Amino acid sequence: MVAESVGLVPDPNQAMQVLWLVPLLPLVGAVINLFVSKRLGKAAGWLAVVMMALSFAVAVLAVKGLLDAPEGERLFLKHLSDWISVGSLRVNFDLRLDALSATMILVVTGIGTLIHVYAIGYMDGDGRFGRFFAYLNLFVFFMLMLVLGANLLVLYLGWEGVGLCSYLLIGFWFDKTANANAAKKAFVTTRVGDTLMLVGLAVVVMKFGTLDYEVIFGAAGSTLTKSAATVISLLLFAGAVGKSAQLPLHVWLPDAMAGPTPVSALIHAATMVTAGVYLVVRMHPVFDLSPVALTVVTVTGLVTAIYAGTCALGQDDIKRVLAYSTISQLGFMFLAAGLKAYSAAIFFLVAHAFYKALMFLGAGSVMHGMHEETDLKVMGGLWRRMPYTAITFTLGALALSGVPPLAGFFAKDAVLEIAQSNSEWGYYFLGTLAAFISALYMGRLIFLAFYGTARSEAAEHAHESPPVMWIPLVLLAVGAVTVGALATHPEGLLATFLEPISGLVPEGSEGLSTPVFYVVALLVTFGGLGTAWFVYGSGRVDWLSLRVRLAPLHRLFANGWYIDEYYAALIVTPGKAIAAFTAYRIDVGFIDGIVNGIGSAFRRLAGVGRNIQTGFVRTYAAAVFVGAIAIVVYVGFRL
Amino acid sequence: MRTPIAYFVMLSGILFAIGSVGVLIRKSALLIFMSVELQLNAVNLALVAFSRMNGDLRGQVLAFFSMVVAAAEVVVGLAIIVSIYRRRATVNVDDARELRW
Repeated sequence: MVAESVGLVPDPNQAMQVLWLVPLLPLVGAVINLFVSKRLGKAAGWLAVVMMALSFAVAVLAVKGLLDAPEGERLFLKHLSDWISVGSLRVNFDLRLDALSATMILVVTGIGTLIHVYAIGYMDGDGRFGRFFAYLNLFVFFMLMLVLGANLLVLYLGWEGVGLCSYLLIGFWFDKTANANAAKKAFVTTRVGDTLMLVGLAVVVMKFGTLDYEVIFGAAGSTLTKSAATVISLLLFAGAVGKSAQLPLHVWLPDAMAGPTPVSALIHAATMVTAGVYLVVRMHPVFDLSPVALTVVTVTGLVTAIYAGTCALGQDDIKRVLAYSTISQLGFMFLAAGLKAYSAAIFFLVAHAFYKALMFLGAGSVMHGMHEETDLKVMGGLWRRMPYTAITFTLGALALSGVPPLAGFFAKDAVLEIAQSNSEWGYYFLGTLAAFISALYMGRLIFLAFYGTARSEAAEHAHESPPVMWIPLVLLAVGAVTVGALATHPEGLLATFLEPISGLVPEGSEGLSTPVFYVVALLVTFGGLGTAWFVYGSGRVDWLSLRVRLAPLHRLFANGWYIDEYYAALIVTPGKAIAAFTAYRIDVGFIDGIVNGIGSAFRRLAGVGRNIQTGFVRTYAAAVFVGAIAIVVYVGFRL
Repeated sequence: MRTPIAYFVMLSGILFAIGSVGVLIRKSALLIFMSVELQLNAVNLALVAFSRMNGDLRGQVLAFFSMVVAAAEVVVGLAIIVSIYRRRATVNVDDARELRW
């Protein structure tokens, strides 16, 4: 035993003791790359990858240690340092490893490592290569703090940190105005949710006197009234809405595609945007107390899933299709969370992380092979030129559409099954509609991009990306295909693992019989894909003229239902008007007026007084003389 | 017999008046400066005269102080005048009137 713990075989329990290495390693990589990346050159990328891989290894060992523990005791708390101590409030820098955070760190470090490898190929030749990896590593550090924190404030630290890295990476090519604006938009939009979330944290402190999960979970049932639980849940959910790009704060995510593609894959698909789902699942003991909050979560998710699906149908930019698809998929996760199927939400999160990261990287590979072309209209037939990308991308798309036995099939159907088994027919019907739209836009994407005939010179001369880029694609595709085994049904492996944290999946006894349910699910999936094939893949329909015929609908979808325009009219324009009013009327007119008025009054007074100064020496001498005589006369008369 | 104090005071007054007029009417910085010296010496003379009248040495001591200070002032004043002359080749004080509004 002793030999084992000091020998070559690392002891998983020790790995749990050094849990802090998991976030620390990416941080070290980030710091090194921030300061000396210029000298490292290409090695900067590999340094980042090594840090990620080591972090992943430690995470695997730590999770193994967690699994070795008996089932009721799978919780490991690590006190790192005291942080804040004000009055009776104590907030410590603590890490918490349980089934939920274990799942999350494996996703973040595992998929993160692959994306880092890919980025070495993708960012090759960029002038700020090392800086990119510094930001990427920093992002992973904050993301790990977010999921590993043992209290809400550590989570919030990570939460804001990933927001910062998201901002830095969306605007990585900040010399283009559009990118810089997209970065600002993302930062400001999520800030709306974050502010409400901070208020939520304050309410938690008011009610519980602490931010520690353990205390909150233990006392939630007895401490909170239903309305207090509703207030806390909704405020926290507001943060989740911002971060996870749900209606009405989703507008930043499509624009965030301005960032480099590995960023879109890592931050805006696989990890950061799922932080909202993580938050809801993590805080589910509070959400559980409030039916109102759960309904809000469900409805928000459902509406977003359908809304974003329709938007994805109207996009021509391959990355924007994926961005809206991500929003839609996150909606599915919130739908699951709102139905109290927390383990289903997390399984969806894991599955989505695989296939969506895969598809973003595939899109990046397409862009790489076509000289930064993102327009689907000029693609087509790419599978001949870039087979690895096409095959892996197709696997990802099929997984998302819900083709068995790929991951998405189980993930989506777990959610829908819970909806229908609890007789939530409205949710089930609308969820199925969203699933149909998902299959439709995914089919449209792959048929337009990879199949059919090439529609441009660039598509004919596209080339496959280097192995450093397509090998991660293959590994992610393997994940997207196999990860479904974790949860082949709502009581699967992952659900059992998560159960102590996420609670039982509330699977009702009603609803459709299993065969009927699966037949419906498959009909929806293949119906969507088939329709997409008929319109975009078969060559029998001229989809461009179809688009002209459906122009108003297409414009609606392409512009995201004009929500940006509504915001511009309702919020941005009045906001700018108010800013202009305060800046030019109140500040310049009034406040500056007072200051300038005082100044100019004294200037005028001085303008009168300074005429005394003539500059003639003899005038001054005469003044002195007259003054001396005056004094003498005065003194003489007084005497 | 002692010279009456009035003579000294009158001489002092006359010298002071000449000095004052010199300061007020001359344009040359050098001559204004000399006039100032005249005024100073007029005062010194009065100080010594009154000191002797009162049999008190404090007046004479003050006159010495005054002379020492005047000597120091001459050094500084002449230096300024020389540097003015170097810059503008004249010591006419009416030309040096930049220091005004």
